Amino acid sequence: MKNLIITIVLTITFSTSFSQGYGTGDKAIDFNLLNIDGQYLSLDDYDEAKGFIVIFTCNHCPFSIAYEDRIIAIDKKYKALGYPVIAINSNDSTIAETDSYSHMKVRAKEKGFTFPYLLDADQSIARTYGATRTPHVYVLSKDKKKLLVKYIGAIDDNHEEPEKVKAKFLEDAVDALLDGNSPNPDFTKAIGCTIKFSK
Amino acid sequence: MKILFSLLVISALFPAIIVDAQVIKVVNFEEFQPIIQKNNDTTYVINFWATWCIPCVKELPYFEDINSEFKDRKFKMILVSLDFKSQMESSLIPFIEKKNIESEVILLSDPDANTWISMVNEDWTGSIPATIIYNKDHYSFTEGSLTYNELKETITKYIIE
Repeated sequence: MKNLIITIVLTITFSTSFSQGYGTGDKAIDFNLLNIDGQYLSLDDYDEAKGFIVIFTCNHCPFSIAYEDRIIAIDKKYKALGYPVIAINSNDSTIAETDSYSHMKVRAKEKGFTFPYLLDADQSIARTYGATRTPHVYVLSKDKKKLLVKYIGAIDDNHEEPEKVKAKFLEDAVDALLDGNSPNPDFTKAIGCTIKFSK
Repeated sequence: MKILFSLLVISALFPAIIVDAQVIKVVNFEEFQPIIQKNNDTTYVINFWATWCIPCVKELPYFEDINSEFKDRKFKMILVSLDFKSQMESSLIPFIEKKNIESEVILLSDPDANTWISMVNEDWTGSIPATIIYNKDHYSFTEGSLTYNELKETITKYIIE
């Protein structure tokens, strides 16, 4: 009996501490985070949306910077189709100082971001979603009241030379969802900057 | 006269540049792959990094220290830069010169990361730093930073006399 209890306790501890975040098919949580306009924003605020393109990104990372123009274009295209971009910065700005809230406002203005840019101040959303790098994309679709994870991964297959992109993973995934299909692939990898979690 | 002067300046400067600069080999994944698949007595430390990666730059001195300690043994350190190829001249080479990096640096430039990240290691999500330490008997993969002590401990355990 004692062994059983120990086993159960160990199982619970391990499954919590080794949580890897979401996989495709998982139910995602909503959040309430500070936007660059000073207001708090939740996915629940979007009555009309069919889903969301949640992108963990930041100011300082060259990969994030390389994708800024593409993210703006994707937001413009898919917002009208019911899938707006929601950008989230989860970096600890004591580690990467140009990822602070004030720098977020400056960068969004400089680049003319067309989407909300939210501060995940306690990093709990990145941890819950399992985001490890920037940019790291999660496509969510609304299923009645639930948010389901449909795609996780990269934006496309060429960070450095947009004109040489062969596979637009993210756009293909959202197109599939708009057609009522499941994305394929629904999971891709990319090199990126680590999300700077507080120690 | 002006041309002659320029030539003099160039010839005076050029040898110094050649001597100081580490020649950075640029490889795609196909060319890179054999480096992580050797089966011999040498212990390899393969560190994926970039000049723009804050935690990578922070741990780099440990790798340099380890390299100078072990370089006369059956040991090989390779620092695999994932800097943008277009920024090699403007970022990578100046960084290596400024920091006096002595370990071998190569630039892995292959856009199809979705394919090759899992071929490096199935568990790697693609964030850097990431480090492989291996020889014919041992293997470890770490996604995230390593300390000097962690590096030294693993290498001491792995190294073949």
